[in-house]
Amino acid sequence: MSRIANCFNDLKEKNRKGLIPFIVAGDPQPGFTLPLMNALVDGGADLIELGVPFSDPMADGPVIQRGSERALVHDTSLRDVISMVVEFRKENKQTPVILMGYLNPVEVMGYEEFAKAASEAGVDGALIVDLPPEEAGELKEIMVKYDIDLIFLISPTTNVERQKYISKIASGFLYYVSLKGVTGSNRLDTGSVEESVTTIKQHSDLPVGVGFGIRDAESAANVAKVCDAVVIGSPIVELVGNLSDDSETSMKSITTYLSTMRQAIDVI
Amino acid sequence: MLNNSLPNESLPDENGHFGPYGGRFVAETLMGPLQELTEAYTRYLKDPEFLAELDDELHHYVGRPSPLYHARRWSEIMGGAQIYLKREDLNHTGAHKINNTVGQALLAKRMGKTRIIAETGAGQHGVATATVAARLGLECVVYMGSEDIKRQSTNVFRMKLLGATVVPVESGSKTLKDALNEAMRDWVTNIDDTFYIIGTVAGPHPYPVMVRDFQTVIGREAKQQCLQQAGRLPDALIACVGGGSNAIGLFYPFIEDEDVAIYGVEAGGDGLETGHHAAPLNAGRPGVLHGNRTYLMEDDNGQIIETHSISAGLDYPGVGPEHSWLKDSGRAKYVAINDDEALQAFHDLTKIEGIMPALESSHALAYATKLAPKMKKDEIIIVNLSGRGDKDIQTVATLEGITL
Repeated sequence: MSRIANCFNDLKEKNRKGLIPFIVAGDPQPGFTLPLMNALVDGGADLIELGVPFSDPMADGPVIQRGSERALVHDTSLRDVISMVVEFRKENKQTPVILMGYLNPVEVMGYEEFAKAASEAGVDGALIVDLPPEEAGELKEIMVKYDIDLIFLISPTTNVERQKYISKIASGFLYYVSLKGVTGSNRLDTGSVEESVTTIKQHSDLPVGVGFGIRDAESAANVAKVCDAVVIGSPIVELVGNLSDDSETSMKSITTYLSTMRQAIDVI
Repeated sequence: MLNNSLPNESLPDENGHFGPYGGRFVAETLMGPLQELTEAYTRYLKDPEFLAELDDELHHYVGRPSPLYHARRWSEIMGGAQIYLKREDLNHTGAHKINNTVGQALLAKRMGKTRIIAETGAGQHGVATATVAARLGLECVVYMGSEDIKRQSTNVFRMKLLGATVVPVESGSKTLKDALNEAMRDWVTNIDDTFYIIGTVAGPHPYPVMVRDFQTVIGREAKQQCLQQAGRLPDALIACVGGGSNAIGLFYPFIEDEDVAIYGVEAGGDGLETGHHAAPLNAGRPGVLHGNRTYLMEDDNGQIIETHSISAGLDYPGVGPEHSWLKDSGRAKYVAINDDEALQAFHDLTKIEGIMPALESSHALAYATKLAPKMKKDEIIIVNLSGRGDKDIQTVATLEGITL
């Protein structure tokens, strides 16, 4: 069983909701990423979403765009990101790591080479934002070969027919985009999220994670009530962008922030 | 007069693929709306009422058909082929861009959308969009890189006079590609009431085919005019290629006329060997950007790199996927013209024919000066004069150290 499936099974047994923090690898400097990942685990992360920086992050709001830009000042590449996971896995064997990014860096590296390197590094899943299932056939086949879950988005504009289609090709979990907009938007409507997640669950056994508009403990708790895991991105990237160094105190501040999210979703 | 139909042949396939190029590489939220747009477009493409309204707008508002002008003096000086200019510079707003914005805006209206958004680089597509939005009483928001806003202040003011809101884009390289990203972000956020008018034959399906279809009026007219005026088809076509909408508009109706040579001219900037250019078909490689797979300017890590051209309209790191396909299939040849060669052609046409071309179109003209002398005097080249050069006089003056 994959590390992601294991993780969601555990959560289910313990009757807990998953917490998936997102950071951009290499932000604000490549040396920060490993201590940040560990700080997130200390703060209660069940899975980690590691953003692969891209020059043209079309689906991201300003906060994550700036995170990507900070990482690219240091030329953080897809290969660098995979190396960071290698380092992380030296100490941490259980927390699933999902790479989240855009297709072009993967195309340039080559699907097979990417999948092989990612698998050897201990990457568990990949979410390629601008790769809808219609275009994903070739990559999907290769990811299956290397036991990496290819995670897909479902959005408020996805009709039921498409939801079924996406559920069939997806593995790991389904990522429900909570709103019409980019990451970090302020338009979350928990009621409509609940309705959509209920529909998705009618024709898929995969866990459903929800992300894109969760900004604070309150919205995290509200969303967690209606799904299996919440993804928190922009608020963390905002904090990371303000860190002046990678000292223990700095990392502690990230751990403390995530702990408040953990508590919020655990009390529901 | 205009044909009362638009072409839509075997390519692309139903998912927008031209061979390995094109497609739909966007986040899930846009997939539904793109499907809806494709369905609406396909329906209205066959709707006689829609086509009649489009023809009427192109005729009475844009001023079509645009002339095919035989540049006799310039041809004589070059001493080779006869050069004909397709005068898209004489359209309302001064470029070919409006052929497409009129079409898409009429479609937006049919789809019940009340808000129009667009990206713009030099400002030509922004102006053409703001113009039709004013004409149809639609709200209009134009995204423009903050660097481009500094370089093109006149067009920014034109858009504002037309009632559009111009939003400066501060992310990335602060140029056209970033404006396109930002327009996509707006679209995904305001999908219910908003229609995104893309200005070139790039982006996710159906944009490359839809923009092509609206621009083929150029080639359909040119074909008919050439037959009428010269009694035969041309031997060669030349057009500049940034995203490539004016080029595909001229080329497409001639694709099956195999004796007509087709040349697309990319921006060679300071020279391909310097790396400072905007010539992905000449010096880039295939990748995925802005919703489609196509030739791109990118680094070894797959990051999109900044481009350079004297002409803002060609300063784009990608190119329409159909051009990538035409390149690989060998049907069209893609060459590059450097900044200084384009500037020379700008001056030549202005002085010899009394026509001031846009710096974009000057790239196509410069290639004609290379090709024509190698051809016979009874052979014919059609150059797409895609826009007028008034917008560029500030740039030309600055380059030549003149303060206006």
